[in-house]
Amino acid sequence: MIKLIVDGKEIEVPPEYTLMQACEAAGAEIPRFCYHERLSIAGNCRMCLVEVKGTPKPVASCAWGVRDCRPGPKGEPPEISTRSPMVKKAREGVMEFLLINHPLDCPICDQGGECDLQDQAMGYGADTSRFAENKRAVEDKYLGVLVKTSMNRCIQCTRCVRFASEICGVPEMGLTGRGEDVEITTYLESALTSELQGNLVDICPVGALTSKPYAFAARPWELGKTQSIDVMDAVGSAIRVDTRGREVMRILPRVNEAVNEEWISDKTRHIVDGLRTQRLDRPYVRENGKLRAATWSEAFAAIAAKLKDVKGERIGAIAGDLAAVEDMFALQDLMTRLGSANLATETTHAFDPSLGRASYIFNPTIAGIEQADALLIIGCNPRKEAAVLNARIRKRWRTGQMKIAVIGDHAELTYKYDYLGAGVDTLSELAAGKQSFADVLKGAKNPIVLVGAGVTARSDGAALLAMAAKLATDIGAIKDGWNGFAVLHSAASSVGALDIGFVPGEGGLTAAQMVGEGALDVMFSLGADEIKLPADAFVVYIGTHGDRGAHRADVILPGAAYTEKSGIYVNTEGRVQIAGRAAFPPGEAREDWAIIRALSDALGATLPYDSLVALRKALTEKVPHLLRIDQIEPADPAALAALARRGGGAIGKAPLLSPIGDFYLTNPIARASAVMAECSRVASGQILTAAE
Amino acid sequence: MAVRRLAPKELQPESFAFTEENLAWAHQQIAKYPPGRQASAVIAIMWRAHEQLGGWITEAAIRAVADLLKMPHIRALEIATFYTMFQLQPVGKKVHVQVCGTTPCRLRGAEDIIKVCQNRIHHEPFHLSDDGNFSWEEVECLGSCVNAPMVMISKDTYEDLTPDNFGKVLDGFASGNFPTPGPQNGRQFSAPEGGPRVLQSVGAPDNDADHGAVQHPVLTDSDAKKPGAAANVQERPSPKPPADDATRKDR
Repeated sequence: MIKLIVDGKEIEVPPEYTLMQACEAAGAEIPRFCYHERLSIAGNCRMCLVEVKGTPKPVASCAWGVRDCRPGPKGEPPEISTRSPMVKKAREGVMEFLLINHPLDCPICDQGGECDLQDQAMGYGADTSRFAENKRAVEDKYLGVLVKTSMNRCIQCTRCVRFASEICGVPEMGLTGRGEDVEITTYLESALTSELQGNLVDICPVGALTSKPYAFAARPWELGKTQSIDVMDAVGSAIRVDTRGREVMRILPRVNEAVNEEWISDKTRHIVDGLRTQRLDRPYVRENGKLRAATWSEAFAAIAAKLKDVKGERIGAIAGDLAAVEDMFALQDLMTRLGSANLATETTHAFDPSLGRASYIFNPTIAGIEQADALLIIGCNPRKEAAVLNARIRKRWRTGQMKIAVIGDHAELTYKYDYLGAGVDTLSELAAGKQSFADVLKGAKNPIVLVGAGVTARSDGAALLAMAAKLATDIGAIKDGWNGFAVLHSAASSVGALDIGFVPGEGGLTAAQMVGEGALDVMFSLGADEIKLPADAFVVYIGTHGDRGAHRADVILPGAAYTEKSGIYVNTEGRVQIAGRAAFPPGEAREDWAIIRALSDALGATLPYDSLVALRKALTEKVPHLLRIDQIEPADPAALAALARRGGGAIGKAPLLSPIGDFYLTNPIARASAVMAECSRVASGQILTAAE
Repeated sequence: MAVRRLAPKELQPESFAFTEENLAWAHQQIAKYPPGRQASAVIAIMWRAHEQLGGWITEAAIRAVADLLKMPHIRALEIATFYTMFQLQPVGKKVHVQVCGTTPCRLRGAEDIIKVCQNRIHHEPFHLSDDGNFSWEEVECLGSCVNAPMVMISKDTYEDLTPDNFGKVLDGFASGNFPTPGPQNGRQFSAPEGGPRVLQSVGAPDNDADHGAVQHPVLTDSDAKKPGAAANVQERPSPKPPADDATRKDR
């Protein structure tokens, strides 16, 4: 530890700290533009100048290590002052230079109100300019669908350049030219290819990079802000939903070190317009082959009439990717009352929750990736299945302390890896120790075996999962204090469904069996849009968007999207999180649990809860760990031994390819979004040019 | 200095390929650096491409250099636009004149040299002359301030210029009767104009009745032009690596 005196206050900090970190530890506030704690240090904006006693000039605190500070002549600790007249004058000088070429267009700038330059100019800016010459003019650049540029405002902090190459792993942005003529651009203004490019807007300290879809839409001070959880993938990124009136205007990341740090994927951020379009805002009933708008009571009556003579085993329910735990719990309850054990989700058929929780969650935890030293990715494209988690893998890989190998897609993942092969054969070779990476895994202290949708979405997923669990056990990935068996789910509802046992019960049908011809008479679909529903069953669709599921439905009950209800989601690591309600469902749409509750009444199988609180009480009585928000219930690794022992089933020879074809169009909200469609078009167009 | 942009599309060739000789040379350069650090060779290799293309770098060449060094295209573009020695648009087929316009040359008449360029080549810098053989630009100090004003043409400097003798230099390039690089007014390198002025008696024992010692230069022109030893040969043997630190306490 090194002793320092900051503004007369003595503190001790670790020797690897920079002066800025030391000053912040002492409670001093240091203004900055180019410095960002998750990026490399550039030291080019000079806003963070502080005075170090004994140095003739102010020093840039972000780029000055505390161990480089000299003690005083008698060995007294170095003295730093962050509020001296010299510091104030130096920072005012820097600010004056920054403002020389910065346009005075704050009233029409989208960054207005949340702009670092604006805020800091309040502290260090002069009221007038001494600069009488012309300001510099820079052409705006095209950076793709999501990032709008206004390059006159750029202060060349190069945060975006560092973010693109360090966090995104796509070194596409750069600073061309020199001196006064430097410009931020991509190579010949090609569109960015990262799934995290939306974060560029957050990282830009001024209004040079702003959100294109959100351009000129709202001001930050007129927005209501709701803390919530993302459901686009199973990572459960922390988000803030900004609303104006009833409308969701934008989605921003919140800091959650354990999950998403401060990044979110583009799908998380920019599906906002999908929440407005294609919405189901009233019940529909199919009559003579055509859907007709109906009232709630008509819709319920139609369902009750259909269900009257149907036996329990001829009824089934499938939950979709975006369903909250409460909704699934209520539906499960209703199905039990109707005498049916046919429960399934679209994505979890490979798992058996009776084995134990460790068999279906991301045991090492997302933050735990940073302790891993070997990673085997089986049947997964983490860049598409969980872009933020992929950034975490890349973060660990950049330290040079983790070796990565992949079985499955040979995709560009933004980090280097050993490509072992595509198929099941490679996996068995690895398990038999015939691949050289087997030794790496065995020698590793904290290895991770990551299993993705390329395994779990297959019909022989259960057998493959057992094989992966056996591999993880054999290489010693499961030991005291470390469980390296990691399942990366692709849907936000998956772990929640498994936690509450939303799986086929005794003699129940699986999802694949339910959608088979003639298997069911009545099917309840809780937003199941990725699966082909049977042609001959009577389908009741509870969902939000006029997507595949609604097209096939016989009765449509309009539900609430994830921003319109409070719901519990369990992310892939088993972390229980709660999404907040930011807006209200459109039209006559209602929250899903309330629909199921009302329907149960109409069917004569009334559920015993009248409020969300009562529902949660019933839920947590049955599954107590759902009460512990933001925590991960420790999972007993014995489940993996059981899973590995079970083995079982024939395994097909098909390659373990990730089922996610288009990152931008994986769920009904994204498919309704024009922005996502445009992203998808640009992304696929790039693949075409690259193939030429 | 203005914003440096790549030449417009219609001037850009479709593709670029190193000649075999240059490619072999490039691989030599890459081999100088440890594996994974091959991007360090970018300036040397880009400069070779610049020479191969006749004095400017095309967009295809920037990409080719980046691909050769396995670096992102934008990183190579950053370098090409940062260093003003890389020309981004076509230059004169025979001559690209870089006129020094920094203070010492300016005080000694660089303005007149620039006027000659404007009259004979093109009014604007970076534009080709009508026959396409000439172009010019103003650059910052090229380090020949003693011989100001001066210009640099390809790798040679032409110094002590006046509008007249600069005109002759250009004539020489135009006709293929190439001028000699160096001072154009007959002086020896950066020695005083009109021959030596000081230390004239040293090494001259003969006496003259009227003037005392006869003036002989210490070095004659031919002496000075004798090639010296190569720069990498040292008179002293190379120093030994430092002995083990005596203050180390662990032994």
